[in-house]
Amino acid sequence: MACIEARGLRKSFGGTVAIDGIDLSVEEGRIVGLIGANGAGKSTTLNAILGLTPFEGELKVLGLNPWTQRDQLMREVCFIADVAVLPRWMKVSQAIDYVAGIHPRFERSRAEAALAKTSIKLSSKIRELSKGMVTQLHLALVMAIDAKLLVLDEPTLGLDILFRKKFYDTLLNDYFDHNRTIIVTTHQVEEIQHVLTDLMFIDHGKIVLESSVEALEVRFTEVMVASAQAPTARLLKPIHERQVFGRSLMLFDGVEREKLEGLGDIRTPNIADLFVALIGGETPPAAGETGVAA
Amino acid sequence: MTDTVSTFPAATRPIYWTVRRELWENRSIYLAPAIVGLLEVLGIVISALRFPDHVQIDGELSGDRAQAVLGAIYGALGMPVVVTALIVAAFYCLDTLYSERRDRSILFWKSLPVSDTVTVLGKALIPFVILPVVTFAVISITQIVTLSVSALILKFYGLSAPVLSTVPFATITLTLAYALAAMALWYAPLYGWLFLVSAFARRKTILWALLPPLGVCVVEKFAFDTDHFYHLLGDRFLGFLGAAFNVENPERFQFSLDRMTPLDLVSAGGLWGGLAVAALFFFGAIQLRRYRGPV
Repeated sequence: MACIEARGLRKSFGGTVAIDGIDLSVEEGRIVGLIGANGAGKSTTLNAILGLTPFEGELKVLGLNPWTQRDQLMREVCFIADVAVLPRWMKVSQAIDYVAGIHPRFERSRAEAALAKTSIKLSSKIRELSKGMVTQLHLALVMAIDAKLLVLDEPTLGLDILFRKKFYDTLLNDYFDHNRTIIVTTHQVEEIQHVLTDLMFIDHGKIVLESSVEALEVRFTEVMVASAQAPTARLLKPIHERQVFGRSLMLFDGVEREKLEGLGDIRTPNIADLFVALIGGETPPAAGETGVAA
Repeated sequence: MTDTVSTFPAATRPIYWTVRRELWENRSIYLAPAIVGLLEVLGIVISALRFPDHVQIDGELSGDRAQAVLGAIYGALGMPVVVTALIVAAFYCLDTLYSERRDRSILFWKSLPVSDTVTVLGKALIPFVILPVVTFAVISITQIVTLSVSALILKFYGLSAPVLSTVPFATITLTLAYALAAMALWYAPLYGWLFLVSAFARRKTILWALLPPLGVCVVEKFAFDTDHFYHLLGDRFLGFLGAAFNVENPERFQFSLDRMTPLDLVSAGGLWGGLAVAALFFFGAIQLRRYRGPV
């Protein structure tokens, strides 16, 4: 059984269509990056998956309808939105007591062990913690829950790079196994490129690309073409071209590597470049430096 | 997964933990009535120390007179605590489903396996059960402490004090419990309305709570030159007294079991009509919480 299965998923607010008939299928044990510009429909899709919003069409998460069976679904699904959703008035110890009291799959000792590795005190109020510490606390709570699906919506927004790196390292090393599935959206897409197994690009409420990362690496090739070779290279119909230091960086879709080898340096495109090529938008100043709207 | 099953608690108690969470967040639920009770004790102690003869009760204290005096004392002691609890209840109801959207914590609560129905009904226990129980406890303790302390002071001055054994504690306690229960049930549609507004409003909850009822009164007055809705509201605030108690000769109110009229209460149309409206409001609040996200 697929972890998430959607057919003809639609959602509109008044006259605005946020999700325009999405079909998708996420298998168990994958780490899926959901990438899209602001307003592309990422959050609405995640909200539908989490039972936070009603929708049209068919959507099953772990075999359940999220809108009508949210409380049941949340026994097996965890969710971290951007940092500021933990109640600020709560004490750390109260947050643990509460989740332990209402969650049948929560193991208190795991949360306490994870917190012991941080500088968070059980007696602190959440309002007294830094942004990074609140995220650590939320992650500690979530990792102590034996869930099948973890949804991360910009989980590291506003955190510095050390915290961001630690966040994903902890997630991969201490949490992820092949019975679990993770869906993540983030603006810092390059930072998690090596973490993902699958990619989904969403644009104007539609999925424009759904692929495993391995398949992408076979399908797309980026070539740094010297200007003399450029006209020849263009005959192979690159899907995107931009100028870098007087040479042309061209992206090819489904062109065999042998045909490209003579044209220049071949490399595997990063997700940000791919996103820009497929969705359009502005060219990033330098590959991998800044986050493309995700 | 068989090895992990035993390590998890078999059953969770979402209602219990919802109530505990509310008490963590809203400490005024028990602190405000307790502080009022404490201030009453303090006031009476100071008064007894300064003017012992004012607190003194002359002559034999027995029969109807004792009842009337004690009734007055306990009425005066209970009223401020009850009013405080009602104010706390009103603000709690108006804020509870709004503040979780305003501080975005609703996203955290909804990421946990607790349904909207359980959440809203758990929160509703605060005005319907927790606050009446707190009020009952505070008033009872205040009465006993006040009586004991003032008796001690009067004795110290060599003045006569009411003998504790003559106080009809059982009747007073029963009357208080009955009055608080009747009040909670009678006020159900008011609490329900505040919950509905709390779940609905994107800002300015207090205006949403007050202006629509006022608007209905105004429209009715201009359109039909009647004021049924106004009287309906008035009856909602004070009507439980007439339904739950025999209030003839209120100036000679006594604590006696004949004063309670539970049969009149349960046969009052106002009680059941109010509960039906409250059920609708709470149903609406549950539905709204499903749809609403952070504001």
